[in-house]
Amino acid sequence: MDSKIMTALGDRVLELGPPPAADGAFKHFKLTRDADGVAWLLFDRADASANTLSSDVMEEFDAVLAAIETERPAGLVIRSAKPSGFIAGADVNEFRGASDPEMVETRIRAAHAVIDHLEALKLPTVAVIHGFCLGGGLEVALACQSRIAVDGARFGFPEVMLGLHPGLGGTVRFTALVNPTQSMALMLTGRTIDARRAKSLGLVDTVTQERHVRGAVKDALFGRLKRVRPGLLTRAANFGPVRGLLAKRMRSQAAKAASSERYPAPYALIDLWETHGGSKAAMLKAEQASFAKLMVTPTAQNLIRVFFLREQMKKAAGSGNTIRHVHVIGAGAMGGDIAAWCAGQGLRVSLADMKAEPIAGAVKRAAELYGKIIRRPTEVRDALDRLMPDMDGEGVRNADLIIEAVPEKLELKQKVYAGLEPRMKPGAILATNTSSIPLQDLRTTLARPERLVGLHFFNPVSRLQLVEVVSHDGNDAQVLKQALAFVGAIDRLPLPVKSSPGFLVNRALTPYMLEAMVMLDEKTDQRLIDAAAEQFGMPMGPIELADQVGLDICLDVGDMLRTKFGDLLPPTPSWLREKVARGELGRKTGKGFYVWNDGKAVKARLPETGPRVTDQMIDRLVLPMSNVCVAALREGIVDDADAVDGAMIFGTGYAPFRGGPLNYARTRGVENVVSTMRALAERFGARFASDPGWDNFK
Amino acid sequence: MARPVFIVDGSRTPFLKARSGPGPFTPVDLAVQCGRPLLARQPFSPDDFDQVILGCVNVIADEMNPARVAALRLGMGEDLVAFTVQINCGSGMQSIDTAYRYIREGHADMILAGGTEALSHAPLVWPNSGVRWFAGLATAKGVAAKLAAAFKLRPRYLKPIIGLERGLTDPITELNMGQTAEVVGHLFGITRAQSDAYAAESHRRLAHAQGAGFLKGEVETAFTRDGKFFDHDDGVRPDSTAETLARLRPVFERPWGQVTAGNSSQITDGASWVILASDAAVAKHKLTPKAAIVDSNWAALDPSIMGLGPVMSATPMLQRNGLSVQDVETWELNEAFATQVLGCLAAWNDDKFCREILKLDGAAGEIDRDKLNVDGGAISLGHPVGTSGNRIVLHLVNAMKRLGTRRGVATECIGGGLGGAMLIEAV
Repeated sequence: MDSKIMTALGDRVLELGPPPAADGAFKHFKLTRDADGVAWLLFDRADASANTLSSDVMEEFDAVLAAIETERPAGLVIRSAKPSGFIAGADVNEFRGASDPEMVETRIRAAHAVIDHLEALKLPTVAVIHGFCLGGGLEVALACQSRIAVDGARFGFPEVMLGLHPGLGGTVRFTALVNPTQSMALMLTGRTIDARRAKSLGLVDTVTQERHVRGAVKDALFGRLKRVRPGLLTRAANFGPVRGLLAKRMRSQAAKAASSERYPAPYALIDLWETHGGSKAAMLKAEQASFAKLMVTPTAQNLIRVFFLREQMKKAAGSGNTIRHVHVIGAGAMGGDIAAWCAGQGLRVSLADMKAEPIAGAVKRAAELYGKIIRRPTEVRDALDRLMPDMDGEGVRNADLIIEAVPEKLELKQKVYAGLEPRMKPGAILATNTSSIPLQDLRTTLARPERLVGLHFFNPVSRLQLVEVVSHDGNDAQVLKQALAFVGAIDRLPLPVKSSPGFLVNRALTPYMLEAMVMLDEKTDQRLIDAAAEQFGMPMGPIELADQVGLDICLDVGDMLRTKFGDLLPPTPSWLREKVARGELGRKTGKGFYVWNDGKAVKARLPETGPRVTDQMIDRLVLPMSNVCVAALREGIVDDADAVDGAMIFGTGYAPFRGGPLNYARTRGVENVVSTMRALAERFGARFASDPGWDNFK
Repeated sequence: MARPVFIVDGSRTPFLKARSGPGPFTPVDLAVQCGRPLLARQPFSPDDFDQVILGCVNVIADEMNPARVAALRLGMGEDLVAFTVQINCGSGMQSIDTAYRYIREGHADMILAGGTEALSHAPLVWPNSGVRWFAGLATAKGVAAKLAAAFKLRPRYLKPIIGLERGLTDPITELNMGQTAEVVGHLFGITRAQSDAYAAESHRRLAHAQGAGFLKGEVETAFTRDGKFFDHDDGVRPDSTAETLARLRPVFERPWGQVTAGNSSQITDGASWVILASDAAVAKHKLTPKAAIVDSNWAALDPSIMGLGPVMSATPMLQRNGLSVQDVETWELNEAFATQVLGCLAAWNDDKFCREILKLDGAAGEIDRDKLNVDGGAISLGHPVGTSGNRIVLHLVNAMKRLGTRRGVATECIGGGLGGAMLIEAV
């Protein structure tokens, strides 16, 4: 809820101790002393909205700690002065492109020294934590003697998502404080936890509210707050033989999620703990070496790149979202889920459909989603309140944005627009979730075509972060800007793309799925085809993906693309049409190529003896994707190669550790890609012709 | 300076018959379900309202002051004043009446006035003896004292009382509402056959109205979070006839009483809202008024014959507006009990009653059944007590528009010996 009073008095919320002088001695820190002689160290990184740890920050931190040692306060409070949270982590930018593990280790050793310095202070220390406390931030907190969480704080070690493990002593201090079965699991999965969970794990000593921070700090510093101590179980789990047993179990768990070859970090973390757990000095030292080794792997470097791609795409979304009320037309799978997502993100949403059944189904799915991602019952209720079923389409009149998600039929969509347009607010935007009809065709009947854009979401909306923001040559620039900002505001990542058949993602995915059908025609086992793609690192093979998307939709998109790209696409087998005609549409009907049970494809194991995955199979599946991406760049459909990689990763789950289809081609070598495609073209036909765009691709 | 007051729109949920256990919606859930589409179709923003007033009798513990909770959940803004009113079965009309007076006197320009009730959520209540036992146990210090306190438990302490049953019993006369209808029926000679015929007709009229689409725009489909939806008043039994109803046993006074479950209003969940606006608000937001509120009146009488509340409240209101009972073209008289509705009609036609009690020159006369509860009423729809007063005003306005009538009265009897009436004119 908007609260005028809380907004006006917002700067009174954070309890920061005595007000610091405007001109402090430090750039990123402020140091004050309260009436009890307690030093308040406020971390406030210059020119940033969130605190991160960089080498110059760490250097200054060390100087601050030295100053504190000379001043000898009664105690030390460390907290962030940023409303956004405590510390969001270390600044990984500094390690981008690192190839020398020695260099990484030297730097990380210096940072370790600062954290050790903090831990060694001979005075009571307490970290007060609000908002995000991740990675390096949590490692700073762990080096304090006590930790106070403010309601709403979130803790975690997301390093593993970057192909790393904690590197500022976190692996050591976290496993010593919190039972390794839990602390290791958090580091291995990268999951974050809330303040209540942190308290129950023993990560923090208490959870309170800003209004009680002063009192809690005093109690923590002067020995009145009971500190969590590692329990018997924690100590037992760190005991040699037990470690071996637990490590074995952790390895088999990790193997289920990712292979050690592609994602070495979890295995390195388990090794580190198994070898050194329980002996602090040795483990601190070994952590540095292990961290440095991981940092220079292609996996880590690619995942760090992906992290920045995400940041870049977020930034491209821009700020200043003006959309408050979204009106979604069509409560089918996509429309319903788009509406639910928007309402979950705090917007008011009206979900229009002629029939009550699909709306009711969408409300049910929304409630299930909110139960998982929002959890607090009152907030779930509020999100459901914001999602208004709208059987009369009345939401149009007050909507800032209308998203049409009706079936893919030109006349139907145009009929819907004809009914909408006269009732739209003057400044409202009309968006379509079409995946196959060019905007140039949709706009012909509009009175104001300049406000029509495409907002192409991916299924499942809650998991795939990408939204293609599709423009046409008659667009109002302001409308596009607003559409991008809207996508950013609902925590999705926009890819600006010009209207062209299949836009980017479907155009790149279609050859992947159709080539798999050709392989089926060649009598290759469908499980083997999927295994080939999974071996490359795709989250799901093309056959399973086709089932998931819906074979009818694959067929439609394939046919549509063929009208434009002709033989550049693998031929659609006629039996696919028959399959669709029989109603075997994949997951949604329970049967496609696979039989689906509870949303999962039933797959028997491949026979031990039999054909194996070949490099050629993988190339046939993945190279055309890279090829289409280059073509789209050359044609100007998209204009940013990095964003293309990001889009394929966030829209399709393209192997993140490969860094995207263009990065993959770059790593493999353009010449190699082109010559491999030439060979494939000779063997299998013109659909493997390499795009002229490769000539200029860097 | 009295300003004109208009009803510009309104909507309600389907009325959902209480079946087994609590229904899918709390009182505020219901108010949100029908409030959202109503607000969405207005040309103004939800925070343009000056106040929200909501009638609700059985407020649940999680939703104290349901008016305010509903206003916030409807996204009407942090700075909107909202309060809840309670006058039993008149609560939903009390909210309209309060809003009407604020606007008429110039203190507000636009008010959302409603009623909501989830009778299926009425609690089971522990007997006071049981509550005292528990309090004793909780405050006892030491093991011995605790044990001693525990041993004082008697089985009857744990026998829950159905809260609703107590709520429908008049505390002064100890008569259940159904019994008060028996009294009225007795005084005016209403027979079981007449009551059953009336009830069957109520079902027939509602079924017809539903089939003909008369409730479109008035009833908004309600959706639950587990994927169900409700799009019509589900207590309707179009196959009920006087003959089938005649087979039911009396529920309140056996074996000779005439009030049965079939000729009483149903126990139901539902909510209803109307939007009231001054002429200034109508002009500002370019609204199209549906009707104007001309007058309202409340009256009180002996609780044991509370069913005559409509006669007692509507008659003086008509008189001071220079109108006779026959001048009213459309009536909504809440169907608490068929016997009670028929008792009211009989009272207006009773020479002695009209002379001595209403101070008329003689019997007010017949009210044509074609003008009364034209699309059914609480017997077929149900009677969510805090909502019904609102619904009858909303439906009166809609029915008058459809029928093209100029003048209408909505009126109800109120448990505890009260009656409320509102005079509506087409614009």
